[in-house]
Amino acid sequence: MAGGQERILRGRIRTVQATKKITRAMELIAASRIVKAQQRVAAAVPYSEQITEVVKDLAAAGGASQSPLLAGRDVVKTTAYVVITADRGLCGGYNAGVQRAAEGEIKAGVLNGADYSIIAIGRKAEGYFRFRGYRIGATFAGFSDNPTYAHAKEIGQHVMDLYVRGEVDRVELVYTRFISAGSQEVVQRPLVPLDRATVAGGDGKGVDAAGVAADFEFEPDPGTILDTLLPRYVEARIYAALLNAAASEHAFRQRAMKSATDNAEELIKSLSRIMNRARQDSITTEIMEIVGGAEALGGDAKKVRYVELGPLSNDGFDGYLDIRPASALAATAVGVLEPDDIEEILGIGPVIGAHLREQGVTTFAQIAAWTPEDAARIGDEIDFPGRVEREEWIEQARRLQADKYGN
Amino acid sequence: MATMQVEVVSPERMLFSGEATQVITRTLGGGEIAFLPGHAPFLGALVENHTRITLADGAVLDLAVHGGFVQVSGTTVSILSDQAELAEQIDRQRAMAARDRAEEILRREHDAEASAALARAHARLNATGGLGTAAGAH
Repeated sequence: MAGGQERILRGRIRTVQATKKITRAMELIAASRIVKAQQRVAAAVPYSEQITEVVKDLAAAGGASQSPLLAGRDVVKTTAYVVITADRGLCGGYNAGVQRAAEGEIKAGVLNGADYSIIAIGRKAEGYFRFRGYRIGATFAGFSDNPTYAHAKEIGQHVMDLYVRGEVDRVELVYTRFISAGSQEVVQRPLVPLDRATVAGGDGKGVDAAGVAADFEFEPDPGTILDTLLPRYVEARIYAALLNAAASEHAFRQRAMKSATDNAEELIKSLSRIMNRARQDSITTEIMEIVGGAEALGGDAKKVRYVELGPLSNDGFDGYLDIRPASALAATAVGVLEPDDIEEILGIGPVIGAHLREQGVTTFAQIAAWTPEDAARIGDEIDFPGRVEREEWIEQARRLQADKYGN
Repeated sequence: MATMQVEVVSPERMLFSGEATQVITRTLGGGEIAFLPGHAPFLGALVENHTRITLADGAVLDLAVHGGFVQVSGTTVSILSDQAELAEQIDRQRAMAARDRAEEILRREHDAEASAALARAHARLNATGGLGTAAGAH
């Protein structure tokens, strides 16, 4: 019934309020972490810029490196996808975007007869691909919202090992690039093998070679330097990707939690409205039941009312009588006595008699019981103020009452 | 006196950036090398070493640099390193303990990891005032 519904609604509102508190807290936390993550992205830029510059200088110097990382394969059979997602959900479409992009690539590759290997960074990527029956080469998880260079190094080492051993012929990074707090995009970037185009890309701002590479001295020879440099370069690329992904994750989470909080507010508003309506409905129903019940009891109830209201009118509760004068006055006698011909009272003609009868005044006893206030009010009603007293209706009524019924 | 811009950069942050008059570091296979303002363009791979940067005001900044690269072009010297520490960030006691541990292992067998750890410990100890007097022959 209505009461039960109200209770259920109250419970739901409480639930939504509790959820709202959580989402609001998560929103604020994410917002504060975006700033930190952004600073980390910015702090990583100098290294990534400089290492790019060094690679360029070396390349310009014709550093003939035998590094396997530079040697592309003629036939690309297996591609490794480094898919960077979060460890946790509740961040809107962040994980889904990266997963979809990676899955699309993998499917397209498989259709063309290529093989794949998934390197899942973050638990969400692992769960997603495992659930869908993809083979997962390796998983790195537990640092998605706060990656360090050591993590990047670990991943880089694994990826380079795979490549050097010939297990994969190409490595692609799939992650979310952080452009600003309001804008991120899923990108796919080739990681290994490195080529001139790869070197020019990356998340560090492209350093344009201002001057033609000067004649560098090298120590040891350029080839050896490049050999030791390239792994660092790969690691730096992965590190930059991890940082971008972390910042994006926080941005996504902040947005998702903000809209969750807004939705909770909306829900609370509409639920409260429904609940208030239900409460009012139940009150209305209750009143109707009481009134209906009283009416159904008929005469008995009226007798009871006579007893209750009698003293009220005698005590001169004008305010009360003003609200429901007809019923109050009527109640004093109706059903107890038979109507008298009140027009026997001098001064009460057909018109005034009809008016009084309309109000339920039909007996001498009723008029005899009027208080001075009643008399004044009736006088006002019939537009003859003071007439009731002047013509002594009450005294007449008493006399007629005594004549008719004795005593 | 002429100065040059020196930057020590690790992947996670810019460790140091400022004007200096001299940088001494150690390259792979080349031994120690000093750069003064106006040095010819230079690119080198670094080994574990104790790098000294003489600042414009004459003070010397000691660092332990654990591998990486040095690039000199124009008036800028950049040291790129996975891991570099300013002397004041180094826990000397820990470095000594690490050295003793590594030496202990190396006395018994040749272990690449232990040699690397020893090199790191040496770089740290050198940067914080020499190898010290703790037990162990070099």
